[in-house]
Amino acid sequence: MALYPSKFKNPLINWIDARLPIFTLMHHEYIEFQMPRNVNYLWAFGAIGMLLLMTMIATGIMLAMQYTPNTLLAFDSVEHIMRDVNYGWLLRYMHANAGAFFFLAIYVHIFRGLYYGSYQKPRELIWILGVLIYLLMMATGFLGYVLPWGQMSFWAATVITNLFSAFPVVGDPIVTWLWGGFSVDNPTLNRFFALHYLMPFVLLGVVLLHLSALHITGSNNPLGIEIKGPQDSVPFHPYVTIKDLFAFSVYLILFSVFLFFMPNYMGHPDNYIPANALVTPSHIVPEWYFLPWYAILRAIPDKLGGTVMMFAAVLVLVVLPWLDTSKVKSLVFKPVSRLFFWVFAADCILLGFCGANPPDGIWVVAARLGTIYYFAYFLVALPLLGKFERPRPRPASIAEAILKGGGSVHAHAATAQPMEKA
Amino acid sequence: MMRTMKSIIFAAAAVAVSFGFTGATKAHEGIELPEQAWAQSGPMGRIDKAQAQRGFQVYKEICSNCHSLNLASYRNLKGIGFTEDQVKVIAAGVQVQDGPNDQGEMFMRPGIQSDRFVKPFANDKAARVANNGALPPDLSVMVKARHGGEDYITALLTGYAEAPAGVSVPDGKYYNKYFASGTIGMPQMLFDDSITYADGTKATALQESKDVAVFLSYIAEPTQDERKALGIKVILFLIVFSGLMYACKRQLWADVH
Repeated sequence: MALYPSKFKNPLINWIDARLPIFTLMHHEYIEFQMPRNVNYLWAFGAIGMLLLMTMIATGIMLAMQYTPNTLLAFDSVEHIMRDVNYGWLLRYMHANAGAFFFLAIYVHIFRGLYYGSYQKPRELIWILGVLIYLLMMATGFLGYVLPWGQMSFWAATVITNLFSAFPVVGDPIVTWLWGGFSVDNPTLNRFFALHYLMPFVLLGVVLLHLSALHITGSNNPLGIEIKGPQDSVPFHPYVTIKDLFAFSVYLILFSVFLFFMPNYMGHPDNYIPANALVTPSHIVPEWYFLPWYAILRAIPDKLGGTVMMFAAVLVLVVLPWLDTSKVKSLVFKPVSRLFFWVFAADCILLGFCGANPPDGIWVVAARLGTIYYFAYFLVALPLLGKFERPRPRPASIAEAILKGGGSVHAHAATAQPMEKA
Repeated sequence: MMRTMKSIIFAAAAVAVSFGFTGATKAHEGIELPEQAWAQSGPMGRIDKAQAQRGFQVYKEICSNCHSLNLASYRNLKGIGFTEDQVKVIAAGVQVQDGPNDQGEMFMRPGIQSDRFVKPFANDKAARVANNGALPPDLSVMVKARHGGEDYITALLTGYAEAPAGVSVPDGKYYNKYFASGTIGMPQMLFDDSITYADGTKATALQESKDVAVFLSYIAEPTQDERKALGIKVILFLIVFSGLMYACKRQLWADVH
């Protein structure tokens, strides 16, 4: 009767599936789906990100039931959640800390992609959708940070929205339009709340696209060699599901340490001071996950230049699949590129420190050098390395690399999971 | 080479997470806070209820003359060991404005447990007039609103001294090196024996300061002990769960090779 027959044993599932093939879809995407057998634990961070996105949406919906987006009430309504709502403190701290841990997981996910060349052909669209997800995360994170309406909320909103005033002619009207008035005030808070509620669902939609794109090309792996046959792969379930569950659990331990024992560690004390338009905090800093961008923004002595460079720093990732001219994905086979990669990773941390410190003295110099390396890595190093670095020989297939053993290549690829050695 | 590079990066990341982004023990640039031992610090630490009760006494007798505690209710005092009846007596000791009644008039009545702590001043302007133009801040979340938390409160309350040469202190201001601007509108309020503690604890200025810091720590987050207790259970569960998942994973993947 159906174009595609359903083959489930349970008659109810079969009845539904013949009319709405969600079970076939799930079976196809999460049970039969083939994963390279050599993926290491870095491949769990996408799923960890998904887990945290779900946590944030669930806690966020419950917080929204108690929160009041009005400048006179917002700060106290957050404290009302902390004090009067049953387990409100848990919801609010989970939401705040899961935000940071979501970014942490996604940063690991991004750097894993950079290291193993996961953005290369044929995964360019997965990567570009990923950049879009990251942009949406940044927007959502910023909007959410404004909602408690503390001093840092208010001044972060002021500083970030004011960036748009750097653009000539259209700048000031854009800022007024964003604010819904002539300063950050009640209309701003109201719309930020509406958008903060909306964005995660847009984000979720793009995540689904990211996953659809992933499930047509399949996952990359530490060797960067495509699956050539069944000997190279394992079915997603139960092999990867159990591995991801272990990874979730370990990540949640780390998360719980922050959540239960130092929930305000990643926040700023000034955000427990109610917003005051007349008092500027001595030192306005964004959340840690924005610090490298903040450093790039301030490294350029010109406001428009800084704003453009900051956006360019994120958007350069969009064209990364074409900037990297190498035909070999994984840095395991490219020792020179690997060195440049680790300097790049160190550079991002350096930029983070620059963003956290006041923009004077050595920090300005460091931020400028850091910014130069950041762009040079993508615009100069990757195109040239791809052309001139001669990669080391690669194994013919994933199975060959794993089953034969020996050699430095194998040792490197397998360090993350020695239990998978033959 | 690569390994050194990697370890440097991970070390840098760890340092960044531990210190770089929030300096927890500095009041402001360059001033180190003396660190006190707090019963409530650390995952196993819990609020010392007797100390918090003494701190409440300090707040009630001294601080509350100028500082509000707008987010706290009298019922919160049950969390530091006061009984229901004691809290009722404490609440009944203040007059709260209520109304309007059937005649459309506001009236005063004795406080009940669910009332928020009464404010010392009707509004911010009244508070400023009474305090030389300075506004005594609300203390509800003060411990969370300053770098150093309880250490900062203690240091500030005991940090009054003669201004060093070269620092001019305007009329009606007092020198206090732990205050961000160096001069503060609040005079020193806690001295030895400012308070007579019911439990016989010797009331030194430092003791009073620490006690009120503990009380304010509790008020800033009345659920903190509950949070840590739950955390220990959750983490123990997750450790066991991780072990089980790891065992399952090993067993399952054993076939793959």
